[in-house]
Parts: sequence; structure tokens; C-alpha cells
Amino acid sequence: MNRPGLKVNIAGVELKNPVMTASGTFGSGLEYGEYVDLNKLGGVVTKGVASIPWKGNAGVRVAETYGGMLNSVGLQNPGIEEFIKKDIPFLRKHDTKIVVNIAGKTLEEYCSVVERLAGEDVDLLELNISCPNVKEGGVCFGTDTKMVEYMVKEVKKIAKQPLIVKLTPNVTDIVSIAKAAEAAGADAISLINTLLGMAIDIHKRRPVLGNIVGGLSGPAIKPVALRMVYQAANAVKVPIIGMGGIMTGEDAIEFLLAGATAIAVGTANFVNPRATIDILNGIEDYIIKHKEKDITSIIGSLNK
Amino acid sequence: MKKKLTAIIKKNQQIAHGMFEMLLSVGEIAALASPGQFINLYSNRKDLLLPRPISICEIDKEKGFIKLVYAVVGKGTSDISKMHVGDIIEVMGPLGNGFTISKEIKGHIIIGGGIGVPPLLELAKGLTGEMSVYLGFRCEPILVEEFKKYTDKVYIATEDGGWGIKGNVIGLLKSNHPKGEMIYSCGPKPMLKAVASWAEDNDIKAQLSLEERMACGIGACLVCTCKAKDNNDWQYKRVCKDGPVFLREEVIWNE
Repeated sequence: MNRPGLKVNIAGVELKNPVMTASGTFGSGLEYGEYVDLNKLGGVVTKGVASIPWKGNAGVRVAETYGGMLNSVGLQNPGIEEFIKKDIPFLRKHDTKIVVNIAGKTLEEYCSVVERLAGEDVDLLELNISCPNVKEGGVCFGTDTKMVEYMVKEVKKIAKQPLIVKLTPNVTDIVSIAKAAEAAGADAISLINTLLGMAIDIHKRRPVLGNIVGGLSGPAIKPVALRMVYQAANAVKVPIIGMGGIMTGEDAIEFLLAGATAIAVGTANFVNPRATIDILNGIEDYIIKHKEKDITSIIGSLNK
Repeated sequence: MKKKLTAIIKKNQQIAHGMFEMLLSVGEIAALASPGQFINLYSNRKDLLLPRPISICEIDKEKGFIKLVYAVVGKGTSDISKMHVGDIIEVMGPLGNGFTISKEIKGHIIIGGGIGVPPLLELAKGLTGEMSVYLGFRCEPILVEEFKKYTDKVYIATEDGGWGIKGNVIGLLKSNHPKGEMIYSCGPKPMLKAVASWAEDNDIKAQLSLEERMACGIGACLVCTCKAKDNNDWQYKRVCKDGPVFLREEVIWNE
């Protein structure tokens, strides 16, 4: 039997299939490479990288919740120089697309990472203006349409690779944010980042997380993510990478039907290190079962 | 490629208040495991996503068995404690870097506290030379008879004084003045901090096994941290991947 076509195109970059990893859940693939054949993935989206090393937040950094988890890692990363030295060469040994997630506390910091990557062999950039765990920046850029427009415009001026803008769900109107990113030149949009949440240890009468609040991920957030992907997909023309609580192939299909061109797997990796591959197989099974020609006939194909 | 495995539960019974012993048949893990490593246990409850990292208490490579001793501390371990003999449980491992055993070292001091005691048992089995064991518990001791198989020098402290001396392991150390070249310790952070400081005062090397809330268990997610020295600076190391065993000189205790 012929395998169905799974190729998708994000801003001129062809992915062999729509399954990517969600930033921050997969490192740069080194650890998961022992469990997953990275060559099988459409793309690896790296942990956010900043202009200089970031130590991250003090612990506790994780709290489990019903159907989800909170994290407050705070974008711990080795900085762009170490990243270029180690992470890019490692990923390049594999036949998968490299998407570098970029973190910063100021526009200048974001820009210096983007500039530093200009001559590097990476396929796509993902601008992280949505991390809820860093006080100085990240999410505060992503919640205001004017700020999103300004940031994206400035970064686009110097970016040598196509730019994905990753949006936060912690906003009143996702459509206006998505439109602002597109208007400013975003080549693609990814959503959602984590939802800001909290957990309390009732015996200690203290927040569980050292940072008090953290980002909620996992299947608990999937309906919210799906709704936002659906709304954004109907509002912009650029491709959308959908994520938020995808655990199975069926979950991924929901996002594709809602209008996502590709999907990313995050928290599911912690539950099953081979989740990306299982989800990829699930997508393929669905296409075969429904006798679709290829993946593109699924994308945004909700019956009216 | 590494992957999650299924283990058959051979035993899962309470051995003390809130403490359970589980015997798992999982040859692939038993074959590779060494003292101080841990495995991830996956609860059957789908609303609890994350694996439970549990240190390995004993390894039977011949039979392909792994023994765990775990405390019921929340929903996940509570669910696991209710599983039956013959049930299948998903596991992954062995994970992390365990204790380093050197044949050159002839004097060993083992110091355990509470649920930190179990991983020290497999270690005790593998050590050659002089060994003394200091175990502290809140009330009911565990695994004492097992340690006595490997040395006569097993000393107990309990907070309520019901077993051994009344007090903690630091009290035991201060009254026994054990001599040795290497300390191996696992227990709650305040105890490890005190052990590190006692080891420094007495100029004895120490390997300390830390416990932390984890998610992936393989070093990718960066949620389990140990504040560690890094040249003239410091960094958050990963307990699951860089540890769980760290050298006493590495660890910074101010958090």
C-alpha cells in the first residue's frame, strides 16, 4: 500500500511531516535522540535560546495538576554561542528541520540572537514572545498588539530565516494578536504557549512553585488551544503551527482540521518519550482510514 | 533505541507506615542498572501525566528483578501502592548517574535518612572493605536487617527514640566518630546539607544522592535542579541526568 503524502510547507520550508516538538520540552533533541529517531520528525524546535546564558528560576520548577503540569523553568539556556557550538551541529547530523526558539528580555537581546543566527545553518526561527516565566520580558511583549507589531517588524528586518511568531494564550483576543503578527511580517504563527497558572501546597500553605506562578501545559489545556488555533487560522493567511495538550494522533488531527498546517508535541514527551512517533503514526492511520489523498486535504477541512 | 518497558509486579506490599516494597520483573532494566540509579514508574491514572521517579533498592541481575522501596506521598504513589501482584506497570530506566564505587577505597560510611535509605542497600552489597551504616528515621525503621547482612556496624536513630538513639543521623555521627575515606548518603535535603558539612569538617569525600520533583526524567525539561558550582560561577544542574548523585563539593545549599 502506498503511504500517504505527509509533507507540509511552513513559510517555504518543506517539512517531511507535520510533527514538530514544542520548544522547551525536547531540549535540542540530544536526550530524546536516545528514544526517538530524530530523522522521522518534521522538525525539532529547540529550547529557547538567549544572547547570553540564563540560569533559570529557583526551584520548585514543576507541579503536576489534573491532566496537566505547571512549569516555571524560566528559560534556562546556555546562551547562543554555546548553542551554535553544540546544538546546531548535533541537529544537523539528522534529516529534520531545525527551528530555533529565541528568547530575550529586550528587543536588543532578541535581535542579537537573530543576527548571530544569520549565517548559521538553521531552517526557521521561532520568536518566543510568550513565555510566562520570565518577568522582564517574553510574555509582556506578546500580550499587546502594538508591541507584537513593533517586535516582529524589527526582528524581520534582520532575520535571514523565515520567522515563526509564538503567541501566548494569556490574552483577551487572540485574533487581534495573530493579525498584528501577520501584519508585521510574521511568516508563520505558532500557538499556544502555556497558560499562566498556580498550585498551592495546603499543608505548607505555600505556592508549590518557587516562582509562585507557572505555565500550564498538557491535555488540560487542549480545548483552549484548539479554539485559539481555529480562531487564528480563520483570521490570518500565514501557516499555523498548533500545539497545546496534543497526546495522540487523534488530538493532532483535531488541530489540523481546525486549520493548523503543522503541530507540535510538548508535555506528551514526558509521558511517553516516543509520543512524537506515535502521534505521527496516528496521523497517517487517520489519512489512510479516511481515504484522503494526503495531509493537505485534512488541513482546515472542517465540514461547514 | 531506548523506550518505555512493561514490568510485571511480583510483590507490592506495605513494609512500614506509608512505605511499600515493590518487586518488578523487568530484565532489561536489571541487566543495566547500578546502585544509585532510579527508574520512572507510570501510574495507570490518565489524569496524572508524569512518571514517578523511584530509586532502585536492589538489583537481581540473574532473575531480572528490580526491588523498589517507595513512600506513598501523593496521588500517583497512592495509585501505584494499590496495584496487585501480576499487574503490568509501565517503567523506564535505569536513569541517572548512580554512586561511583572504587576498589581503591577501603573505608566506607553509608548515611541514609527516611526514604533516602533504600538506594543505599544495593550500594552496600557492592562495597568491599570496612563499612559502617548510619540510618535515621522519623519513627519506624526500614531495611535494617538487610543492611546487617553486609556489616555488623549498623546504627539507627529515630526522632521519637522508639528505635536506636533518639535524634538524627548527625547525632549518630557525632557520637560514633566513624572513620572512612568515602561517604555515600541519600535523604532529605537538610540532612544531606548537614552530612556535607560534617564530611567537610572531617575531611572525608562524599557522594550525595539528591531527590527532586521531576518531569521527563532524562534531562530534557530542566525542572529538577541542583544548584551546583561551575568554575567561579554556579549553574542549575539536572538532578535526573547530571545526578542524582553529586559530589559534596559541587552542591550549593543556600536554596
